Amino acid sequence: MESSAAQRSTEHNPQPGVAMEARDLRLFYGEKQALNGINLQLLDKKVTAFIGPSGCGKSTLLRCFNRMNDLVDNCRIEGEILLEGTDIYAPGVDVSELRRRVGMVFQKPNPFPKSIYENVAYGLRLQGINKRRVLDETVEWALKGAALWDEVKDRLNDSAFGLSGGQQQRLVIARAIAVKPQVLLLDEPASALDPISTLKIEELIAELKEEFTIAIVTHNMQQAARVSDYTAFMYMGDLVEYGETSLIFTNPVQKKTEDYITGRYG
Amino acid sequence: MVNPMRQWWRQGEPWIWLNAAAVAVCVLMILGLLMLISARGMSHFWPRPVLQVEYQQRDGGTVRFLGEVTDREQVPAQILRDNGEAVPEDVLQVERLLLKTGNRKLTGKDFNWLLEPRIMAVDMPADAMVVERHEWGNFYGFLLDILQDGQRQHLQGEALTEALKAKVELAQTLYEQIKHIEKVEIGGINYEMERLRLKKRRHELDGTLTSEVLQQLAEEKKVLDARYAELEKARNVLLEKSNHDALLFRTADGREVTLPTKVVVRYYQPNTMGFGQKVRHYFVKLWEFVSDEPREANTEGGIFPAIFGTVIMVIIMSIIVTPFGVVAAVYLREYAHQGLLVRIIRIAVNNLAGVPSIVYGVFGLGFFVYAIGGTIDQLFFPEALPAPTFGTGGLLWASLTLALLTLPVVIVSTEEGLSRIPKAIREGSLALGATKAETLWRTVLPMASPAMMTGMILAVARAAGEVAPLMLVGVVKLAPTLPLDGNAPFLHLDRKFMHLGFHIYDVGFQSPNVEAARPLVYATAFLLVVVIVALNLLAIYIRNRLRERYRSLEQH
Repeated sequence: MESSAAQRSTEHNPQPGVAMEARDLRLFYGEKQALNGINLQLLDKKVTAFIGPSGCGKSTLLRCFNRMNDLVDNCRIEGEILLEGTDIYAPGVDVSELRRRVGMVFQKPNPFPKSIYENVAYGLRLQGINKRRVLDETVEWALKGAALWDEVKDRLNDSAFGLSGGQQQRLVIARAIAVKPQVLLLDEPASALDPISTLKIEELIAELKEEFTIAIVTHNMQQAARVSDYTAFMYMGDLVEYGETSLIFTNPVQKKTEDYITGRYG
Repeated sequence: MVNPMRQWWRQGEPWIWLNAAAVAVCVLMILGLLMLISARGMSHFWPRPVLQVEYQQRDGGTVRFLGEVTDREQVPAQILRDNGEAVPEDVLQVERLLLKTGNRKLTGKDFNWLLEPRIMAVDMPADAMVVERHEWGNFYGFLLDILQDGQRQHLQGEALTEALKAKVELAQTLYEQIKHIEKVEIGGINYEMERLRLKKRRHELDGTLTSEVLQQLAEEKKVLDARYAELEKARNVLLEKSNHDALLFRTADGREVTLPTKVVVRYYQPNTMGFGQKVRHYFVKLWEFVSDEPREANTEGGIFPAIFGTVIMVIIMSIIVTPFGVVAAVYLREYAHQGLLVRIIRIAVNNLAGVPSIVYGVFGLGFFVYAIGGTIDQLFFPEALPAPTFGTGGLLWASLTLALLTLPVVIVSTEEGLSRIPKAIREGSLALGATKAETLWRTVLPMASPAMMTGMILAVARAAGEVAPLMLVGVVKLAPTLPLDGNAPFLHLDRKFMHLGFHIYDVGFQSPNVEAARPLVYATAFLLVVVIVALNLLAIYIRNRLRERYRSLEQH
């Protein structure tokens, strides 16, 4: 904390209430530009939804926030993303530490081939936490946080693959929040689930925003409208419009946004 | 109207039949192979009746043989006529049979071919006895009496049988005791003495052979000498004891022969054995075969050292090849930049699997044995030179050569396993703040472990049956000691060892007594198959245990 406070004063002054901020973010896959200068703020303890047609770059943008694009060959990023005023793309940034602070949940549930307990404890063990008591407490806290505790508390040592798809996705969310990140990135977290599981995930998001800043990519506009506080509409690598969800859905400024949310294309 | 023939063709029925036929042929071939080697090999231990044959010789005289029929064959009569045999014109084929008559020390040969037409009479005397000896092969004859210190005891019937049993048991106990003293205790002392000699030589080479050291060495040697003298005395006492008794036999041709009881391994009278006794005899012989050391230039006794050598070599090879192959595969798949170079390396690795194994043997001999082993000898074992320690074929070099031979298999199969692990699992781990190395250790490698085990199973299967390269890097026809014994450091990687595959070759084709060895070729081949199957089952069991833990992976 000491060092980040010092960095804060030397680099940028973060505005209060801003968790992460993209500044003129451009991303290239080889020659092809996928993001054209994105400027955007993720507000603290709010849910920001990214909507837009397939291939518009919303998932790519989301993966920029915890540098998951580093894994993609010949992917190049310009501009900066600030987390507490520090550019996460600056040289010398510890990527593992960044990913611990900015967690991510993927489209398909991807539990590890371990027990339910060990799945949730994975991130903690990575940090060298092996005390049984601490692990027990955190696992219980995370599973309760992901609204899964009551369903699995009697079979924590069973394989995570025995859970249903919706349970697996909540387990993955529990795994992500167990390391207590500041920001949680959700990449279409409900697209592979049935309606009831989707509803549970949506309720969960509403609860999680009490503690975490959340960014969610979704194809489902009703879902964006239901769960988010802010909405960003993206099209062809551009951030077309960004504002409070209520305004975007009722009174969009841009014609493209209106066309998209009224279902005229996309 | 649909043509039913055309319909049959279009639905692919002929292909199904073709595939089924191919599978059936494969299964039949494997079953046939197993049945042949098991029937030929395993029947060798069943006690056969002993026949007494009156045989007319070419000069008209008759001679009497006692032995077991081991083979029969048809010979074209013309060949016999060309050899001056009087065969009637209308006979085309003559049967001849191979009689194992033993008594090599008396007659100079173990086997006799007898022509069927010249056999005058055959009977199965109830008192015909077979004696297996430690040396000179089997003895066939009729027991007359027991000699004690050269004196006939004039025993008959039941009393003779009882006395025989007691005397042979005593002789066997003494034999075991003597063998234990010679092999284990005196062997241990010899080992210690050799170490002392090398220690002295070492000091000599280092120029540190002071009088103190000399004195200390002399003292140690004195202790060993004293122990040796003691053991020798104990052994001589036992030897002396075992010299008292002898058995008096009459052979088929009427000679009286004396056999000291100490040469007897076992005796039996197959013509009077009941079925139960035969079964018992069979299993005793079978157990001897798998648990005992070879006798008589490998044509008698057991093949335990070969089984042991094969298994320990395969185990050491697995211990070497698995980590190497896995590490190489992880680098190739996970870390190396997937460019032209890596593609060339991958092709090269795949092609290594196709290099003839004898080439590996040559490489092992030139590189491991001469280059590395020779250097090790000069650096670490100068005291033993010019006798090589590691500069000659041995267990370590054989294992290393086979590890090299099987490395491609492990690499390819591990790479395949790594590439099958979903990207989502890796991303999930990375997203929790794991580094690439942590992701590999905690998630990817455990999930790929069944694939690694598969690679190891294939490696074991290939290595256990390999013979050609081993002949160059450390397998011998008869190793005096096992590579694992009670003398520190217990596992002697520099020792030469025996191997089942080479044993088959040696017994079958290098043996002075081909007829005696042939059934052992089959029996050893059968055992080799059994050992390989056992090693594979063990590896498969381990893999399935692992797979159980990550079974879920396959559901995705």
